[in-house]
Amino acid sequence: MTFFRVENLAIHFGGVKAVDGVTFEIARGEVFTIIGPNGAGKTTIFNLISRIYDSTEGTITFRDQDITRAAPHRIAGLGIARTFQNIELFETATVLQNLLIGRHAHSRSNVFSEALFLPSVRRAEFAHREKVEEVIDFLNLAHYRDQMIMNLPYGVRKVVELARALCTEPELLLLDEPSSGLNVEETQDVSFWIEDIKKDLGITVLMVEHDMGLVNEVSDRVLVLNYGRVLAEGSPQDVQRDPEVIRAYLGG
Amino acid sequence: MRFIFKTDYHQDIRLAPHSGHVFWYGLLLALVIAAPFALDEYYVGQLTQVGIMAIAGVGLMVLTGYTGLVSLGHAAFFGVGAYAEAVLLGLGVPFFVTMPAAAVSAAAVGIIVGIPALRLAGIYLAIATFAFALIVEEIMGRWESVTNGYTGLLVPSIDIGDFSLSSGLPFYFLTMAILVLVILLVLNLLRAPTGRAMVAIRDSEISAQSMGVNLAVVKTTAFAVSAGITGLAGALFAHKLGFLSPESFTILQSIELLVLVIVGGIGSLHGAVFGAIFVLALPQALAIMKDHLPPAIGEQPGFEPLIFGLILIFFILFEPFGIYGRWLKVKLYFQLFPLYKKATFKRQKSYMKSERLR
Ligand SMILES: Nc1ncnc2c1ncn2[C@@H]1O[C@H](COP(=O)(O)OP(=O)(O)OP(=O)(O)O)[C@@H](O)[C@H]1O
Ligand SMILES: [Mg+2]
Repeated sequence: MTFFRVENLAIHFGGVKAVDGVTFEIARGEVFTIIGPNGAGKTTIFNLISRIYDSTEGTITFRDQDITRAAPHRIAGLGIARTFQNIELFETATVLQNLLIGRHAHSRSNVFSEALFLPSVRRAEFAHREKVEEVIDFLNLAHYRDQMIMNLPYGVRKVVELARALCTEPELLLLDEPSSGLNVEETQDVSFWIEDIKKDLGITVLMVEHDMGLVNEVSDRVLVLNYGRVLAEGSPQDVQRDPEVIRAYLGG
Repeated sequence: MRFIFKTDYHQDIRLAPHSGHVFWYGLLLALVIAAPFALDEYYVGQLTQVGIMAIAGVGLMVLTGYTGLVSLGHAAFFGVGAYAEAVLLGLGVPFFVTMPAAAVSAAAVGIIVGIPALRLAGIYLAIATFAFALIVEEIMGRWESVTNGYTGLLVPSIDIGDFSLSSGLPFYFLTMAILVLVILLVLNLLRAPTGRAMVAIRDSEISAQSMGVNLAVVKTTAFAVSAGITGLAGALFAHKLGFLSPESFTILQSIELLVLVIVGGIGSLHGAVFGAIFVLALPQALAIMKDHLPPAIGEQPGFEPLIFGLILIFFILFEPFGIYGRWLKVKLYFQLFPLYKKATFKRQKSYMKSERLR
């Protein structure tokens, strides 16, 4: 069975080939990291997977299912969750409400039963709340539960966004630069959490990251992207020894 | 200051999270019930009008305040509800059928507007809904076989024997009962997945979508619910007017509704009620003020719309959370008494400033 595979994926914005024939495969349970210089097309790959963009070419397969043209709102329900490079939280809502939205893909009620708040809706709300509390415990967010996002510091927001993604109960988690803007200690936390997410929750992680310390600590395999093309793929150590990669990073 | 200890999940789901709420809303309800017996007929009529506007305001709040979609065409839904009520009553349909039918027809029209509006946001959506309202106004004027055009349509009263439900005290209670019912239904919706999805769309469409929110479905739902509630208010308004003509449902009324939600406090149901009181009290206050102003100012044509406009701009610039937001600040001030910091609300404000009407 193919857990996750991207084949010959490409997207062009006018003349810009942001992603240009990228192929890779992720096995269940791995932490797979994409690195590359600014503008290499990393975030664009995430946007293609979460179906915000339509690919020009290529296919995306998740658990043997072709999701290249799946509707964007179906992705979460299929088991792929993500975070955003520039945090996209619901600013005027509390942490709890943000996490409850993470449960949206699992809700089955309709407007009419909700307007009357029928017992079935109440039961579902309880089940969602229980799941959310598990995630709050897991990421130590209890202290912030009832605070508005706009009143939270940057580091906490990043954790809330991770928590919201976990609330969807994903099988594949996409993290776009989980450590950007964080200090050394917070980055260390992120590293522990990724380990726990992989080991305790059994979630496969696809990550984009610039901090090579973090990349080396948590990644099983690394893919290097440059100008939308794959430059190298392998273990973190192998990749960093690759002469092509060194050239791309140092220029020349 | 009060600390609320939570011991189970019910506390976050309940409509009245603590006993203080039960007490104050209970008192408010008692006042609403007692008020008409203490006031004379004129004021009962005014309060009824506040109730009707508040229902319409709750309707627009669902769309603009919670889902973040600005509508400049809500007078159209108001009008559809009013005409549906008058026409159906005229056909002899009983009122407990006509009112829901008025809401449903307005909701259906809401869906028809909502679908093409899915691709629009911000000012473009405002323009599209504005254009739509003009079309509806035109239809009301031209579809003479049903609406009687500009000649106007008499609204049959609701009589049960000798007892008239569509005027005086009974109409006041009918209106308030519907207002309470509508508020409860919307509160339920807001604590359930659809309501959360609406707020999510308002704050970030992209991440709402990534969490599994079907933008098309939720936006269309918001349009339908909003239009339906406003249509219901329209049905009540028909009785208040007694006589319908397309001129009762113009762009000015759409703007008045938008002023209502913005001045009252965007994104809160309290705001809808405060806003309704405001838009009805202001013209009266102005009328009184006029007598004391030099005629050169007071007698100027367009004096009233000018003040309306100034107040709207003032609120958008300085009080983006409206009257309700100001009330929360005053409350917080007393709760924290010696500790209140000016900056407590600053961050929210700068956020609203940049992101408003997105
Ligand atoms: N919607 C778009 N329209 C036009 N060009 C785009 C669009 N999205 C991305 N691009 C272009 O695609 C290229 C890759 O962008 P992308 O955001 O994927 O880079 P990245 O690898 O994530 O970089 P960074 O490390 O800075 O986050 C850039 O040249 C960018 O300008
Ligand atoms: Mg990026």
